[in-house]
Amino acid sequence: MTATTGQPVRVPAPRAAAPADRGRKAARRRRLGACGVLMAPFFLLLVTVFLIPVGTAAYLSFFSDDQPGLGFGPERTVFVGLRSYAAVLTDPTFLGGLGTVALYCLIYIPLMVVGALALALLLDSGAVRLRAWAQLGLFLPHAVPGIIAALIWLYLYTPGISPVIDLFSRADITVDFLGVHTVLPSIVNIALWSNLGYNMVVFYAALQAVPREVIEAAVVDGAGPVRTALRVKAPLVRSSIVMVAMFTLIWALQLFTEPMLLSQSSPMINSRFSPSMYIYDAAFTRNNYSLAAAASVVLLLCTIALSYGVTRFTSRSAAVEEAR
Amino acid sequence: MSATDSTLPRPRLLGRATVNAVVGLSVLYTLLPVLWLVLAAAKNRDALFGSDLLSPSGFSFSTNLGDLFAMEGGQYGRWYVNSLLYAVLGAAVGSLVSVACGYAFDKYRFRHKEKLFGLVLAAVMVPQTVLALPLYLMASEAGVVNTFWAVFVPVLFNPFGVYLGRVFSQGYVPDEVLEAARIDGAGELTAYVRVALRMLGPGLVTVFLFQLTAIWNNFFLPMVMLSDQDLYPVSLGLYAWNSSASVSPEYYPVVIMGSLLAVLPLILAFTLLQRFWRSGLTAGAVK
Repeated sequence: MTATTGQPVRVPAPRAAAPADRGRKAARRRRLGACGVLMAPFFLLLVTVFLIPVGTAAYLSFFSDDQPGLGFGPERTVFVGLRSYAAVLTDPTFLGGLGTVALYCLIYIPLMVVGALALALLLDSGAVRLRAWAQLGLFLPHAVPGIIAALIWLYLYTPGISPVIDLFSRADITVDFLGVHTVLPSIVNIALWSNLGYNMVVFYAALQAVPREVIEAAVVDGAGPVRTALRVKAPLVRSSIVMVAMFTLIWALQLFTEPMLLSQSSPMINSRFSPSMYIYDAAFTRNNYSLAAAASVVLLLCTIALSYGVTRFTSRSAAVEEAR
Repeated sequence: MSATDSTLPRPRLLGRATVNAVVGLSVLYTLLPVLWLVLAAAKNRDALFGSDLLSPSGFSFSTNLGDLFAMEGGQYGRWYVNSLLYAVLGAAVGSLVSVACGYAFDKYRFRHKEKLFGLVLAAVMVPQTVLALPLYLMASEAGVVNTFWAVFVPVLFNPFGVYLGRVFSQGYVPDEVLEAARIDGAGELTAYVRVALRMLGPGLVTVFLFQLTAIWNNFFLPMVMLSDQDLYPVSLGLYAWNSSASVSPEYYPVVIMGSLLAVLPLILAFTLLQRFWRSGLTAGAVK
């Protein structure tokens, strides 16, 4: 695939052409040339920071630096086949990380999609006062960088600083937001807080594009506001729901920033809490590149399989919906 | 609330109140942590640990601000400039590159075009953490690890921007306009720069904003690539300071003040460019 940059400018094989055709051909060649110029910078980036790295990760996962003779001899790179994959997939800390992220996705994604869609439908219902202000307020966390969002919430989870814990303690309730069972919901909360408003705006924009006649027809047919929202509007913005679910999933699988920051304060989060943290730990703390590469490839395959699953699942449920 | 709404006024009033209460609580949920950040940034360390943010005592906004920029020889200011360089330059170059490519995908025909576009879309799905180790190894091979370029070049890559560029090009640049420019004798690239790019303005701003946010938020890549604190972006710098805070609590007020300042550029960008990205979001969402 390294020849991608050349591809757009490829000119079809010359045929014996009538002289009248020549002008048009020259124009076509000029166009393809311009097309190549416009595409070249992006594809140069695609090759250098995407294709080659993915290829390198795959390559590294099959090779390993062997140090013969107690590590004194010269290092050589040897083919180890699937050994790194076996090591990753039998490593309880990696499997634990996968399990953590799976649980995280199961809590986070439904909450996010349902919450954002519900808020968008409420705002679209016309019953909300100060709609523009409400939207702005909900959207604000999107402008807060992920690490800062994690910082704010970390402080709100920290006893002594947090006014939330203070309030609870006044009511004689002790909460530990960073305990064994609470740390994952606490991370979900950070992600939800950061992205809820943004996804709400995406849904709201899609709802605005629903033709008004369709909604009026539903109202004439006697559908109440709730029924209109759930049975008419929501199915019409299905493509946005798929898109939001996909992006939320892809981001959720990379879970790194929030646990990395919380790990500074919570002993419940170890350095291999999520697959991304495992990769970081393997590559840059343990310097085991083949192990990190194998873990990367496994994470990549999981992402591709799950995203494919999301699109398939939603298109099938769409077909069921239509068949009804 | 059910189908009886339209006939009975009372439940409808109740429904309206419920809707407003739910939205109001959601807004409080999103706003209160930001409000806490603003209040906490104005407090000195003792007041911060007193948890009593609303009392006027212990007010030290300007002291905190001064401390922030004085800490460790003014590192924070350097980080801020770095972040601005990475984000503004990166988003400007990156969005131009992506939108040009998206435009070409829309307006030109060539073999295997859709396959190539599929590759671009596939790139959207690949987690950054997967690319980090190989990128690090490539950068160290090229001798640019721990330099500006190691962070700057990878963030230029924005496949989703290409997708948006194609959608915007379909929506905003009619083929007839391009045809007219060609008849007037304009070259292909001149037509793009003089005619199409102007029409793509709102789309370009949207892609720019998306990328600005992404780069400003970037944490993993700088963490992998940089060891020299002078090259850190704000995100990584605050991360480092926060880890010092558990040992030496005098870092807490500066981390909080630093976080507050780090939020401002994006809020400013979103407010100033509101007109553009709202229309841009719609185009991305409806497709």
